[in-house]
Formats: sequence, C-alpha cells, structure tokens
Amino acid sequence: MAKSVVQEFTKGLWNEIPPFRLVLGLCPSLAVTKTVENGIGMGVAVTFVLVCSNMLISLLRSIIPKQVRIACFIVVIATFVTVVELLMQAFTYPLFLQLGIFIPLIVVNCILLGRAEAFAAKNGIIPSFADGLGMGIGYTLSLTALAAIREIFGSGTFYNIPVFGPSFKPFAFMVQAPGAFICLGLMLCIMNMLSRK
Amino acid sequence: MREMIKLFVVITIFSAVSGGLLTALESGTKERIEYQQLKFVKGPTIKHIMDGCSNDPLVDRFKLLDGKIERSFFVGVFNGKRDAVAFETYGKGFGGDIGVIVAINVETDKIIGIGVTTHSETPGVGSRAQTDPAFGAQFKGLAIDQPFRVKPDGGQIDAISGATFSSRGVCGAVAASSDIYKRLKPKILEKIKS
Repeated sequence: MAKSVVQEFTKGLWNEIPPFRLVLGLCPSLAVTKTVENGIGMGVAVTFVLVCSNMLISLLRSIIPKQVRIACFIVVIATFVTVVELLMQAFTYPLFLQLGIFIPLIVVNCILLGRAEAFAAKNGIIPSFADGLGMGIGYTLSLTALAAIREIFGSGTFYNIPVFGPSFKPFAFMVQAPGAFICLGLMLCIMNMLSRK
Repeated sequence: MREMIKLFVVITIFSAVSGGLLTALESGTKERIEYQQLKFVKGPTIKHIMDGCSNDPLVDRFKLLDGKIERSFFVGVFNGKRDAVAFETYGKGFGGDIGVIVAINVETDKIIGIGVTTHSETPGVGSRAQTDPAFGAQFKGLAIDQPFRVKPDGGQIDAISGATFSSRGVCGAVAASSDIYKRLKPKILEKIKS
C-alpha cells in the first residue's frame, strides 16, 4: 500500500486524473471551460486550495475528532477558498468577474472534500502535499484541454488568439452547456479507449 | 460528556481561527479591491469622459454623505485647475437601472461629459445609450441646472431611435445627478479645494 511520494504525485496526472477518472467536480468543469484563460484560472485556484487544505488537514489529523471531521474539513477548505476569492478580487479582477460564482463554489467541490477525506486524513504531510499538487495539476490540465477544444471550435480562438481565418464560422453550440457535456463525454471515451490497451 | 465538550472546543477554535484570519485578510485587501472594482467597472467610463485630465481620477477621489447614502466623487485636473468632478447616478431604463457617470465643471456648472457604466438594456437597441458616442455627446456643455428630458417628453435630448425608454433612463440619471449636485455643491467645493 505504501507508495512513494512520486507515485502519489503522478497518479493525479493520469490514473486518477480529476475530473475524468474520478468524475468529481463536474459542475465547475462544465461551466467555466468556455475559454482556456478561464480554465487555467479555475485550475490554479483549485490547485492552491487543494494543496493548502490537504497539508493543513494532514497536519491536524490527530487533533480533529472523528465525529466532526467533515465540519472541520469544510471550515479549512472554506477559509482557503475565501483567501483565494479575496486575492483574486485584489489582483486579477477581470478573471474574478469571469469566474464569478464558481470561485466560492470551490468549497463544495467534491474533489477537495474527497481528497481530504480519502487521503489527507490518513496520510502524512508530504504525501498529502504531493497528492494535492498532483490532483490540482491534473484538474488544471483537464480543464485546459476541455477549454481548448471548446474555445477553438466554439469561438475560433485559443487563449484569445484567433487560430482560424476570418471566414471561420464558430460553432456557437460548443460554448453552450450541451457542447460541454458532449466534449467531456468524448474525452472520457477516448481516455478509456487509450487505457484499455 | 467530556467527549462532547472536546467536539465543541475543537470546532470553536477552528472557526475562530478561520474567522480571525479572514477578517485580517479582508481589511488588508479592502482598499485594493475597491480600487480594482473602480478601475474595471467605472474606470473606463471615467477615463473616457474626463479625457485629457492630468491626474488619475480613480485615486483622486473623496466620499460625501448625502442624507444616509455615501457617494464617491472623482476629481479631474484640467489645465492645472482642480475644477472637474464626476460621480455616478442611476436612472430607470427598459431592463433595469442604468448607471451613468456625469462629469461637471464646478466653476461653470456645465457638463463636461457623461458615460453609461452599467445597464441591462436590450443588446443592440437600448445598449446604444452606452456605445453610441453621438447620444452621450448631446449632454456635453449643457448647464447642469436645468431639467433633462428627451424630445418626445418636451425636452432637449434626441432619443436613440427605437430606444426611447433607455434614453429616458439616461436623462433621468442625469436629472438625478443635477439634484445631487445642487444639494451637495457647497460640500463638493470644500472638498475639492482641500
């Protein structure tokens, strides 16, 4: 069962990559991946909260009584989310306006509570750090990939840079909610096909 | 019983530490957040209507109490004189409140310019109150001390075709700013000179 720190880190990048493998945290993944910029912004915010909350929860795991552990986890996560929210407002206000309600909603993102409960509450601080970082980077990569597909086809741009000529007619469908579901479904399908070999 | 007390204590400590930390951070970032909001929401409009001023109106601002409402005023320096002041008011549009910033020269009591900040008007129709420069330009140079109405209501402002409601909303906001200006002028003059 004892895995190396490197393994704890890399599992988040492919074997257990959120949201594809864990299929957790789908709501923000579907909602904010209209543009690559938003995808990366959301990913970085989640990574920060995930790493901080994982480390703190792992550090406090002997103090937290079992009966109220969920409440304690939520308090820790909510604190870091509010920190991110305030910092984003202060330093990257346009991004904050774009992500809007999805920043405070990181609190109820299942990935965070899931990692706290399944990993950080049972492991030491260094593996928890690696786990949080890996999962966070995996989440950021997933969002970026999903957002890249949607942005390229939906608005004909990548990171706000036009990739097609002026004659390109964007598929408005891709930037709407159904486009997000279909994209996610196809990506899951491709990932499963690749790993079946 | 002892077990329960422990639960209480732990949760209380957690919440207290978290609350304290966040309050500290909030007061630390408050100033900056306020500036960012001004910069990205009202900033472009203020910069546009106070074009050519030699200071940063977003930094050079003061607050005044108007009854129970606190209003922000932005000062513009033109030709070395602190004689321009801009502030935001609201008028009823077709889809909701229209936010309008009016810049006034305090020496001549004339409008320097107006600009729409926030609105929820119909895109392409009422939204032209914000995007059509010719509409806003009509207010330029008018004395603030007069009623503002669109031509269909017997006033002096040409309404945007197809968007009389939105045009009326902007006029309403300018009329409101006229009232505020008349009410607060002594205080504004006092603050602007200091």
